[in-house]
Formats: sequence, C-alpha cells, structure tokens
Amino acid sequence: MRHALMQFAPVFPEMFVLAMVSLILVVDAAASDGKRYLAYLLSLVTLAGAAFLTLRDFSTLPVLTLGGLFIDDPLSDVLKLFLYLTVAVVLVYSRDYLRQRGLYKGEFFVLALFALLGMMVMVSASHFLTLYLGLELLSLSLYAMVALQRDSSVATEAAMKYFVLGALASGMLLYGMSMVYGVTGSLGLGDIAIALQDGTDLRIPLVFGIVFIVAGLAFKLGAVPFHMWIPDVYHGAPTAMTLFIGSAPKIAAFAFVIRILGQGLESQVSDWRGMLVILAVLSMALGNIAAIAQSNLKRMLAYSTISHMGFMLLGILAGSQNGYGGAMFYVLAYALMSLGGFGMILLLSRAGFEADRLEDFKGLNRRSPWLAFMMLLLMFSMAGVPPTVGFYAKLSVLQAVVEIGYVWLAVAAVLFSLIGAFYYLRIVKLMYFDAPHDAVPIAASPDARVVMSINGLAILALGIMPQPLMAVCIHAIRASF
Amino acid sequence: MTYTTAIFYFFAAILVFAGLRVITARNPVHAALYLVLAFFTAAGLWMLLEAEFLAITLVLVYVGAVMVLFLFVVMMLDINLEKLREGFWDYLPLAGFVAVLLVIEMALILGSRHFGLEVMGAPAPHAADYSNTKELGRVLYTEYVYAFELAAVILLVAIVAAIALTLRRRKDSKYIDPAEQVKVRRNDRLRIVRMEAVKTQATQKPGAGEGGA
Repeated sequence: MRHALMQFAPVFPEMFVLAMVSLILVVDAAASDGKRYLAYLLSLVTLAGAAFLTLRDFSTLPVLTLGGLFIDDPLSDVLKLFLYLTVAVVLVYSRDYLRQRGLYKGEFFVLALFALLGMMVMVSASHFLTLYLGLELLSLSLYAMVALQRDSSVATEAAMKYFVLGALASGMLLYGMSMVYGVTGSLGLGDIAIALQDGTDLRIPLVFGIVFIVAGLAFKLGAVPFHMWIPDVYHGAPTAMTLFIGSAPKIAAFAFVIRILGQGLESQVSDWRGMLVILAVLSMALGNIAAIAQSNLKRMLAYSTISHMGFMLLGILAGSQNGYGGAMFYVLAYALMSLGGFGMILLLSRAGFEADRLEDFKGLNRRSPWLAFMMLLLMFSMAGVPPTVGFYAKLSVLQAVVEIGYVWLAVAAVLFSLIGAFYYLRIVKLMYFDAPHDAVPIAASPDARVVMSINGLAILALGIMPQPLMAVCIHAIRASF
Repeated sequence: MTYTTAIFYFFAAILVFAGLRVITARNPVHAALYLVLAFFTAAGLWMLLEAEFLAITLVLVYVGAVMVLFLFVVMMLDINLEKLREGFWDYLPLAGFVAVLLVIEMALILGSRHFGLEVMGAPAPHAADYSNTKELGRVLYTEYVYAFELAAVILLVAIVAAIALTLRRRKDSKYIDPAEQVKVRRNDRLRIVRMEAVKTQATQKPGAGEGGA
C-alpha cells in the first residue's frame, strides 16, 4: 500500500464534483425560469466528467492519501463509476416527473450532486471521521430532497421521520465509533485493524461498541428491526426522490458496511457475524411477508428493499472475499433493479397522476407491450427467476453462506425469497391478464424510454452473462483487501 | 479527593442538573437558559482536560452566538407548550425506566474496570507554554484538512437546503425590488395612444341621465 500524506490526484473526481456543484448553484441562481434545463445538462456533464477522471486514474493498488483519511482503491473506483451511472439514470427518469410537479429546480440537481459527493466520500473513506462526514453529507441532502415538495404534507412528514430516525442512527453509530476509539486509540480503519489483530484486553467495551455500530448501520441499511422509516419515507417522498434514495445510496451503504466491518473490524468477524445473521433473517422474513399486504407499489418496493438488504447482508456476514464479492454483485444488481422499478412508476405517471398503486399496472401489456415486458424482466429479477441478474446475485451470496457452513441460513433465505416471489409475480399477472383501467396513452419521453429499455435489457444480459461483472467485483474486493 | 476531582464533581453535578432541567422546564426560555448553563459547565470540564481553546470556543460560539439566537427565536415564536408536552408525564415512567437501565448498563461496561486510571493511565500534563490552539490549528489544516473541507461542504448543503425549503415568493407581498424600480422607463408606466378626436355626446344622449338617477 502506498502511503502519501498529500497526494491530490486520487481526489480529483471529488474536487471536480464539488467545483461543478458550486458552478451549477451560481448558474441556476442567475438563470431564468425557462432555463432550468441548464442545471440538468450541467449535472449530466458533471457525472460524465467525474467518470472520466475516475477512469483516467483507475487505481490498481490502494493509495492512502490526505493524512490517511482518503483511500483510493479498485473497490472505491468501481463503486464510484456505478454511482455516477445510477445518478445519471435517476436524473433522466425523473426529469419529466419533476417538471410536471413544479420541482424542476436547480436545488434538486444541486442536492442530488451533493448527495453523490457524500456517497463518493463514503466509498473511499478509510477513517471513521470521513465515513461519518460522508454519511452526513449524503443524509442531509436526502432529507432536504424528500422535503423539497413543500406543500405536500405527506412528503414533509416523510422527511421529518427520515430526519429524526436518521439522526438517531447517526448518534448510535458515533457512540459505537467512540467505543472502538476508546479501545484501539485510533480512528483510522487500517490502524484499528492492526490494533485488533492480536486481540485486546478490552473485549467487552469493544463488543459493546460493535453492537452500536451494527445497530447504526442496520438503521441506515433499513434492516429489521431498524426498518420502520423505510416504508413511510419511500411512500411519502415524491417518486423521483424515492428513486434516488432507493438506488445509489444502497451502493454507498454497502461500501460503508464493508469498510467498517470488513476492513476495520475484520478480526472481530465472530462478534458481528451473529448480529448480521439476526438482521438478515428478520429482514428477509418481514420484508417479504409484509410486502404481500401492500396495495401501493412504492410501499411494496420499500418492503422489497428491506428483504434485499437482508440478502445482501448474507454475503457480508460470510466474512470471506467471495462473500464480499457476492454482496457487491448483489448490491449493484439491486441498484439496477430498483432504478427500473421506481423508474417505471415515473414513466407511467403524468401530471396529476402518480401510477404508484398496483391497480395502475393493470393491463399494461395492452397499453404498452414493451414497457410491460421491461417490468416483467424487473419483477422476475427481483424475485430471482433464472435468466435474470437477480437469480445470479442471489446464487452468489447463497454460495458464500454455504461455504462458511451456514446451510440452514441459505435454506431459510431461499424459502423467504419463494414467499417474496408471490408479490412480484402478482404484478406480472396484473399487467398481462387484467383489463386496463385507464386508456390515457403513456406520456414518457423518448430518452427515458430508451434508458428504461437499456435498463431492462441489462438485467437480462447480466443474467445470461454475469461473469464479467462478477469478475470485476471479485477483482475489486481482492485488490482492496 | 484532590482539588481538581472536587471541581470535576462539582461541574459534573451542575451539568447533569442543567441537562435535566432543559427537558423538564415548563418555560422554554428557562429551558434555553439552562442549556446555556449546561454549555458553560461543559466548558469548565474541558478546561479541566486542558482543552482551553475548545472551552473558550464553546462559550463564545454556543453561549455567545447560538444560544442568544435561540433565545430570540424562542421569545418571538408563540409556541403552544401544552400541546408540545402532551403525554410527557405519561411517558415519563417508561422512558425513565429505560434511561436508568441504559445508565446502569453503560456503567457496568464503561466503568473504571475497563477505562479506569489503572488500565488507561492519565495523559502526561503539558508544559505551561504549550498552546493547544496552535496544535489544533496545525492538525486541522494539515492532517485533517479533508475532513475540515467536508464539514464546510455540509454547511453549504445546510444553507442550500434551508433556502430551498423556506424561501417563498409570496404573491401578496408588497415588496418592491429597488433595482427594478430604478430601471423603470417612461414607456413602462405611460402609454400614449394616438386617437381620432371624437366629440363626446354622452351628456346630451337622451335616457342616459334619467336611467341612472
């Protein structure tokens, strides 16, 4: 590992994004109401530029810089590229929706990019301080985004809940971090790992700290029993914001968990594995069962998120490189599916109509066979039906769990995803076998349709050929650990 | 008990008392004033830890600036306290029980058995000419400059969010933009219309005057 106190080249993407956000802030403040598309276009340019900078300086070895607060390794670079992609797709999907609801303002794009910056910081943090600051940067932007629809009482309530519970989770996380600091005398993840290598005399305070950290992480991931905020926030927030919250931050949350547990507290795997097992089983059980009872698609997908996060935790709790690689594959696949799922609600909605109830999907096949087919792929993938990427993602984490000898856990996971298949397939049934409710033509813009097609087909293509993405994940994990 | 220990317990007792009063005081102004007391005693504790700069900053920034603003807001807003505190005493037994339980649990784990002086050892006291302002500045702008900048970005987000969530252009506002006012031209206010000269005959029209009366 190269160690440099001050080396700025690895931080260029972050610097670029920050500079561009400031620029967009100024440009949008000066632009008239008719020129809101400037912020939109500049945001896409920012994402492309950041992707270019990340690719140009793609690291093969971990580089620790800025006084050990920042790490640039293959894991962070790969995740950052996916973050840019996810945010770009979110922006394309939400443009029309925002415009119809008077939310097409510079603030949305500025906050989205700030959130992206927070996620980038989290992804390449190697210190509790930067992990926490990145998380707060992300969370604060998200709270504001949810509340952006000021005149909607539902959105305001969702933002309030999100804010209060998020603050609570941050408090827990910080408290746990302070315990770990008390035991190891260090906040840097590398130093913590070294300090804990040969065990410690202060095992009880350390485990105490880990409990708080895991609880805080579970809050942020939305794992049961810390999931209460997810359905309300997903349901209450405007769909464009739900799409944002439900996709990119999951990738960052994965990095967050893997950095703390996998890198910093790696030697304590026997302590945190049991906690993650409980979280994972409860999440898969409650997520899949509660989703059946939902009549609102956003709420249903919120519960589905909970169960998917439980599945992802399976890969992490394996504590092996295969497990981490599988979890990474899972979270990337999930981000893709979640983009498609919430994106479809955005595509079908129009001014004054949200398209977020299950019955709004009735007979979609007759209104638009292609979009119905895309939704079919998405639902199959979420359920884990073979030729789609969701199947392979589930398979890879299950393999990792079986490798460490937790066969019962794998069996339970399969059973719960079988239960979950019911509500995914119900949507397929509604789309193909029921008569449509409303005959209004679908008013999605051509670019959103094209992106949706790519999104849906990518799910199919990655399911048929998962090896390249899987190889990238495994390589990123191997080279970074 | 040495003098510093006595001081510590004195400050700690006041801090806990003030903290409790912040949440139990009926009058919000009193609650805010107790918060000032809590900050002040916390600053005293930091002074004992030789963190003079932080202690002074706490007094200057929190007591001097933030709390004064807070007090103004509390005094100006007409908050219905009865509604806010509804159910406070109903929930108190359960909440108090959980809180006491938490304190006991933490005391068991975080007590002197694990973090006591015998285990951790007190840090060596610094010389009289040691400046922790200088030391703080040194690490803040070198080792931790990245975290420092991130904190600045978070403040920027807070500003953007606050403006985005609260700024409203009210339709009934009587506010006039001075720049617009200065830039006004004659043509904006006055329109000269060329018309044919017409002889008015309204008064001579039959029926017009009678009907109106």
